Amino acid sequence: MTIPAQYMLILSAVLFFVGVFGFFTRRNLVSLLICTELMLNAVDINFAVFNAYCHPEHLEGYIFSLFGIGIAAAETAVAIAIIINVYRNFHSIHIKRLTNLKH
Amino acid sequence: MSINLVIFSLLALLMIVSALFAVASSKIMRATTLLLFVLFGTAGLYFMLHYTFLGAVQITVYAGGIVVLLIFVVLLLGKGSVDVTQTSMRRYLAGVVTAMTGMAVTIYLINTTQFAQNTVDPDGVAMRELGMALMGTEKYNYILPFEVMSVLLLACTVGAILIARKK
Repeated sequence: MTIPAQYMLILSAVLFFVGVFGFFTRRNLVSLLICTELMLNAVDINFAVFNAYCHPEHLEGYIFSLFGIGIAAAETAVAIAIIINVYRNFHSIHIKRLTNLKH
Repeated sequence: MSINLVIFSLLALLMIVSALFAVASSKIMRATTLLLFVLFGTAGLYFMLHYTFLGAVQITVYAGGIVVLLIFVVLLLGKGSVDVTQTSMRRYLAGVVTAMTGMAVTIYLINTTQFAQNTVDPDGVAMRELGMALMGTEKYNYILPFEVMSVLLLACTVGAILIARKK
């Protein structure tokens, strides 16, 4: 007996909205990056689940998840480079300090 | 209650609790470690779907690459990476309302949808089939996205070095 697809989708929805909640409340660049990872991860779960349950004869969702993981790695590398540069210039990674583009 | 359901429940509990604490914790090192648990739980889910290669990639790339990068930046920044400020009540409420509304709508939609099939192929995906799909040039094959990914990774490596280097 396998688990219903709904359970998996509900789990990924909960993870996604935990990430959204964190994105609203955290004020720190590294925390925001962690929340982004949570959301990306939830989306990857969705792709894999839809592929496994709805179209097991194709591989679209599987390969989309693979590429999603690769893109998450690229995004994290660039984001961390930006964070290090921000810290070097502002001596803080709190987003309250990053207002140069706003004004 | 089948063994699959027990394992899934344990994984789901681990993932949701870790995600909540990762988001709520003001210590970033702790949040990163908890994120690692969520990523391992996701790999467990992929194994439950019999997607073993995807689970292995999840562990090597996410846990082995991304979390190590995050820990690296947390340790490098030291005191600068601590989130000391209190979240304002208004922002907190906005977050709760948005997350709860979104979650309620999504879960309602998932529950009212009927899925045509509710089983997983127990054999999983053969490695040969996956390799052919990734490298083939025919319809439903993915050689072009694969090559674009390699260019993207090269571009991001160069970009990261360019951004992070000293003047």
